[in-house]
Amino acid sequence: MNVISAYRRYYPGTQPRHLHPSYVSSLKRGPLQSPVLLPHTLSEITGPVFGLEVADVKACDLTKQHSGEPLGERIVLSGRVIDEDSRPVPHTLIEIWQANAAGRYLHSVDQHNAPLDPNFTGCGHAMTDAEGRYRFVTIRPGEYPWGNHHNAWRPAHIHFSVFGPAFATRLVTQMYFPGDPLIPFDPIFNCTDDEKARNRLISQFDWETTIPAQALGYRFDIVLSGRDRTPMETHAHGEKT
Amino acid sequence: MSLHATTWQTVGPFFKIGFSWLYRDNLASPEVSGERVEISGRILDGDGKPVPDGILEIWQANSHGKYAHPDDLQEKSIEPGFSGYGRVPTDDEGRFRFTTIKPGRVPGPDGKLQAPHLAVSVFTRGLLRRLITRVYFPDESSNAADFALNLVDTSRRGTLIAKKIDGRPGALEWNVILQGPGETVFFDV
Repeated sequence: MNVISAYRRYYPGTQPRHLHPSYVSSLKRGPLQSPVLLPHTLSEITGPVFGLEVADVKACDLTKQHSGEPLGERIVLSGRVIDEDSRPVPHTLIEIWQANAAGRYLHSVDQHNAPLDPNFTGCGHAMTDAEGRYRFVTIRPGEYPWGNHHNAWRPAHIHFSVFGPAFATRLVTQMYFPGDPLIPFDPIFNCTDDEKARNRLISQFDWETTIPAQALGYRFDIVLSGRDRTPMETHAHGEKT
Repeated sequence: MSLHATTWQTVGPFFKIGFSWLYRDNLASPEVSGERVEISGRILDGDGKPVPDGILEIWQANSHGKYAHPDDLQEKSIEPGFSGYGRVPTDDEGRFRFTTIKPGRVPGPDGKLQAPHLAVSVFTRGLLRRLITRVYFPDESSNAADFALNLVDTSRRGTLIAKKIDGRPGALEWNVILQGPGETVFFDV
């Protein structure tokens, strides 16, 4: 019989609850009923696999997607995707999106009174290598106001989407910059109870990846759910194995 | 000591910038075997208002009940060109639509086959992390014994089963009610 392990559940307190009153948009969108605990099956321990069809070297350098250079401070953003047992997550797809240096997104809904940059779209994607490493070149996004409450400002952040090996390991999050004075006041950052867990969303300045006379380096490691110790059956009874 | 998985944050209102390059509303090209279905519906909030900044991701097996993934060790056929992954945004009225094939049955706990289903992730501005649900199919006798459906209170089970649309063979309606009366069943995965 073939057996495969399920994935671990999130550690208590390390993930946001669905209803978080200080983040006003959650109030009418977060479910009121408790979620139904679903044991993992083949449907949850498998997930989309991306290969060469999504490879695009231009997609990991957000400063080279147009004829000119975008305005702003160039940065190198790199790190590793690993699981809770520190094992690398190889060849998995990472997508990022962000505002430009002035704090404006290239999106029809963003009405912030700040200029668009014709040389910056603000999106990229990359596959991790065999050791789970990834690397993007981009510009540091600007902070921007939003309508959540009076004088609300989002700290500078970059959105991350990571697939990992399974449906159960999907992650969408936001990465912040060290020393940003807006972080302690941000309802979205603060929606996670566990202080250490939310502080892990803050990237670290990194000399090793800083390119002299070119770009500061920031490091952001991403941890996906690890394998559970309990193996599960992946074949139906009576079927050939 | 083990690490803890990174904390989720909302996709926010501007995910289209990062996600649109991989939108896939047709999961099965013509050569892929299986019964064609078109699934459409809306994402609605706790006031019944449409959610125009939402997105669904779909994950499913092929018509033989085999996932295109190395951890699916079943001796069943892979379908070339069928990855089982879809990604569709909502429009200004909160509507989404995708076409695919009805998946085959895959094993569940205790080696019993599950009823055909799609695994679905729901992302919207205002959701601090994704919501996870499933789409099952109408007129499917195996639904009655499906382990996941049977985890759900009978009064709410219907939120997981798509409905046929009269006069349009293969067309199914399935809505995501984020909150309140008729709230869709979401799973903790």
